[in-house]
Amino acid sequence: MNQTNSLKYNLLLGLSFVLIMASLALVFLYAPTEKEMGEIQRIFYFHVPLGWIAFLAFFVVFVSSILYLRNRDSKWDTLAHSSAEIGVIFTTLVLITGPIWAKPVWGSWWEWEARLTSSLVLWLTYLAYLLVRSYAREESRGARFAAVMGIVGFINVPIVYLSVRLWRTQHPPHLVDTLEGSMLLTLLIGVAAFTFLYVLLAYHRTTLMNQARKVRILRQTLDEREE
Amino acid sequence: MNKVFAILWKDILSELRAKEIAASVLFFAILVIVVFSFAFDPEDDTIGLVAPGVLWVAFTFAGVLGLNRMFAMEKEKGCLEGLMLCPVDRDIIYWGKMAGSFIFMIIVEVVVTPIFLVLFDLPLFMPELALIAVLATVGFVSVGTLFSALATNTRAKDVLLPILFFPIVIPVIICAVKASEVAFDGKPFGDMLSWLGIMGAFDVIFLVVSSLVFEFVIEE
Amino acid sequence: MGKDSSTSAYAIEIQQLAKSFGSHRALKGIDLNITRGECLAVFGPNGAGKTTLIKLLATLSRPSKGKIFLTGLDITKEAIKIRHQIGVVSHQTFLYDNLTAYENLKFYGKMYDVPNLEQRILEVIDQVELRNRLHDRVGIFSRGMQQRLSIARAILHDPQIMLLDEPETGLDQTATVMLSDLLKTFTSGSRTVLMTTHNLKLGLELSDRLVILHKGKIAHEDSTKNMELANLQDSYNRYTGATS
Repeated sequence: MNQTNSLKYNLLLGLSFVLIMASLALVFLYAPTEKEMGEIQRIFYFHVPLGWIAFLAFFVVFVSSILYLRNRDSKWDTLAHSSAEIGVIFTTLVLITGPIWAKPVWGSWWEWEARLTSSLVLWLTYLAYLLVRSYAREESRGARFAAVMGIVGFINVPIVYLSVRLWRTQHPPHLVDTLEGSMLLTLLIGVAAFTFLYVLLAYHRTTLMNQARKVRILRQTLDEREE
Repeated sequence: MNKVFAILWKDILSELRAKEIAASVLFFAILVIVVFSFAFDPEDDTIGLVAPGVLWVAFTFAGVLGLNRMFAMEKEKGCLEGLMLCPVDRDIIYWGKMAGSFIFMIIVEVVVTPIFLVLFDLPLFMPELALIAVLATVGFVSVGTLFSALATNTRAKDVLLPILFFPIVIPVIICAVKASEVAFDGKPFGDMLSWLGIMGAFDVIFLVVSSLVFEFVIEE
Repeated sequence: MGKDSSTSAYAIEIQQLAKSFGSHRALKGIDLNITRGECLAVFGPNGAGKTTLIKLLATLSRPSKGKIFLTGLDITKEAIKIRHQIGVVSHQTFLYDNLTAYENLKFYGKMYDVPNLEQRILEVIDQVELRNRLHDRVGIFSRGMQQRLSIARAILHDPQIMLLDEPETGLDQTATVMLSDLLKTFTSGSRTVLMTTHNLKLGLELSDRLVILHKGKIAHEDSTKNMELANLQDSYNRYTGATS
């Protein structure tokens, strides 16, 4: 099956391209300049979608981890693994764009407010998820351990958010809550664009991982045949 | 179930003989508190502000040490396999080890807390601390037992346990510290209810989840 | 549909058993049947899959493919019932160093719901001739004594099937002889025994039948009746490609 020729893939690629281009155009050309924060506010259109899609990625990790433990089909494990990788990358970008936005607007690089702090904890949790695999003695155990971490980590997310929110009620939230029509549109297109980007990346990464696995198995079979 | 108690009793007996966990963990907790006291100026009035944090950081780090031993001791002589050969559901092993970790941690907390209160010149009679300690400790051991079993089966168990453990127990630490703050400041009990509530929810949720996934962590 | 467990003549039935760890295939399709009361020796070099086989039979690990039936029960469905019926002796003793022999046996006795535990403990400790050390900490036992106590632990719940994984490891000559005598009393009874070992002589003495495992497959099967050690050595070398 030649993936580059399949209709579904081309559709995915095409739509992603269109959405990303549209999103960039909207962010830089269409969306109005925010009155208080100025141009720097445009980072918001990347920061927020990245955050939501990272959350989506970790939800996918959660579900595939459960499915993997249930029926041990390695395709769930590769889905979880690649989704976690992408999630960690997106979360890293959230943690980078956050301070870039924060410094000119709030005057400090970092604020311990609920969403940003929860993102930090999420980042640590899923880095641990990726690390567990490399510390395991063999692949299949590493996959199982990671699945456990994927499940526990995700269930923890609402609890983390709640406790950090409560912890920080003394400080007023700085985030923009009311959005004007055009800003909302830009944001939504941004979310759509990043969602497609996520799906595209996940598709490629999963395919790559599955093929690498097949190569390893083939190589092992060949080694045994030689003897 | 009396089999859970059998595992618990075995661990208590073993610890009473060797005293390997208690001594090191206790000493480490006290050390952490003392080191923190030097890190912050003990004469400064603000020392009261960091006190709850110092206490719970000490228990978190000491707790990791103790949790690590819980399954490391079973790895010797293949005892973990011996346990797995027993005709019981796998989560019985979880409950047994969890109960043991809980008791050890509580004992450490009971010994260390008065020392801490004295060093930081805080009132000695604070019964709410017992409730906070129980809720927080259950939180720690609920996921700690799971991760200890996991880490024990890897190549770098000492380093992996904290890496997995710390991010997950952050809510417990936040709640324990804030609730302790309420107690130290002499504020009304009602002020700490939401913190206790979150810890309680964490405990219930993760006791259930951990006992369910435990079998996947110890099988070969 | 499924196996009629009550009429199964075999204590252990293994069908098309395969086990992979990630991309490493440890067992590649084993078919083996062991009748009640039989003692089977499994020989093979390191990495042949002997320990993996024992772990699968002991319910410590799940098969990747294939089926295992112990006393007619499916290992993937009735693991807990099966564990009541098997006793495992490995090169690791499964004993707690800080506890006495008595406390170790009491613990396992409780976990296995052994009836008349106190009496049973005395019975098994006498069988392995460690009565005078009953209340000593296991940590100070010699390797040979620990292994004997491990056997006591394994037979405490009177299992029908014994699984032995290189039990002679770490034992000196005298201890190995003692082990052999002890095992003879178990294998001559109605117990079914599967034993993996590197010690060809020990395996030959104790078993009725042998199997040579090589690279995850059965390379050779034979009866050990009237077999000479030298012939066994030749067979072993031939089927495992070892240079003698």
